Amino acid sequence: MPMATQMPTHLPDAEALCAALADAMRPHVDPAATALVGIHTGGVWVAARLHAALGLKIPPGSIDVSFYRDDFNQRGLHANAKTSQIPFDVEGAHIVIVDDVLHTGRTIRAAMNELFDYGRPARIDLAVLTDRGDRELPIAPTFCPHSLSLPAAQILALERADDGGLSFRLIEK
Amino acid sequence: MSAFGKQPNPQLNSHGELQHLLTIEGLPREMLLRILDTAAPFSEVAEREVKKVPLLRGKSVFNLFFENSTRTRTTFEIAAKRLSADVINLNISTSSANKGETLLDTADNLAAMQADMFVVRHASSGAPHLLAQHLAATGRDHIHVVNAGDGRHAHPTQGLLDMYTIRHYKADFSQLTVAIVGDVLHSRVARSQIHALTTLGVPEVRVIAPKTLLPTGIERLGVRVFNDMREGLRGVDVVMMLRLQNERMQGALLPSTQEYFKSYGLTPEKLSLAKPDAIVMHPGPMNRGVEIDSAVADGGQAVILPQVTFGIAVRMAVMAMLAGN
Repeated sequence: MPMATQMPTHLPDAEALCAALADAMRPHVDPAATALVGIHTGGVWVAARLHAALGLKIPPGSIDVSFYRDDFNQRGLHANAKTSQIPFDVEGAHIVIVDDVLHTGRTIRAAMNELFDYGRPARIDLAVLTDRGDRELPIAPTFCPHSLSLPAAQILALERADDGGLSFRLIEK
Repeated sequence: MSAFGKQPNPQLNSHGELQHLLTIEGLPREMLLRILDTAAPFSEVAEREVKKVPLLRGKSVFNLFFENSTRTRTTFEIAAKRLSADVINLNISTSSANKGETLLDTADNLAAMQADMFVVRHASSGAPHLLAQHLAATGRDHIHVVNAGDGRHAHPTQGLLDMYTIRHYKADFSQLTVAIVGDVLHSRVARSQIHALTTLGVPEVRVIAPKTLLPTGIERLGVRVFNDMREGLRGVDVVMMLRLQNERMQGALLPSTQEYFKSYGLTPEKLSLAKPDAIVMHPGPMNRGVEIDSAVADGGQAVILPQVTFGIAVRMAVMAMLAGN
């Protein structure tokens, strides 16, 4: 079982990062034409925040990459696969993939593979709250207000409180 | 001695994960719920421009049908293809079995062709179990077996897709009264349905059939038996019809199809005794005018075609879970 550790003081403030990310994106999005797709689960929460902050008209989509993971043969099917929902036409769309933490890049690759099964987007950008480095694929974020470095044995997870507040937590693998 | 040695349930691997799907009997409730939960995101895949996910890319799925089937074979084939597997269909009635090759010889040859999964339909009860046992005994338990219907024993994916359908329309199993109507004696579907319903906590499962079409001791599976259809349908939430196989008529179990329809055919009048929002299910193929009236089969309470659609998602979930374990 993963164990929660004491929260180190250097963990970023997720709420402040949501606001900073929205500010970074604002000049580059068209509220009538830009569509967000959040990656389950943390990315879906962040996408909801960005959608409101940026006043976007197209409802945000959500993606669960369980069916596109590259470690299926090693790990099998994820136990709690969620239903992906893309409530807009992907063909020709400007899409911003939203996730909480960018790490190896494998999840983003899986999400892009999945999106292309809905159609051919005109452009895909990537927005994340923080980038912890250690990339294993040539993937870089378009919008990212923060970065940090963590030991491989630690997972940085976004959590949502009952009141909807977002915060980061460190989990030992 | 069993080739499975110490393992109490031959369907589960040493980690308690699903290795084969042979029968619903004995599977824990959590496992059934996990399959149903996993099927939900797979049903969304059918809405996409590209109705395919890459989970079984590079895997070979062999549909071994020693008995005829259109719907089950087709939905297994579609499910495997939507998982990106290579699918090979073998209708064995037109192949080597006619030349005297046994089930296990056939499987050995296909295993030598790097098979990853066998989907087996067979007239003999226990054939998929025998195959799984053989694979374990010969050190090839990386090959998965899915029972697509064996004799009178089990049809687990049909039972699971029926549960998915009930859950879709009724949500909570713990409040339901469900009636299974028809030829329970010869029905592997009925057995899988009964095990699934009782495992999932349905408080009242009824079977409705003439005495000649009921196996002795069916009550021991936890069902209430009714010989009078009108009495049995009163207040039910779900009516699960079974197919009456025409060949049963010759065995003197029933007087005639007309007589059967009169007593056990589902008509609008009999259906009106169930709850007003009751759903009507049928595993297909239907005998209209024998076990079900066309007015019911095509009516607003029938969910028979959605069952077929849900069956693809449920079979995708089962194959993906097996292939990952």
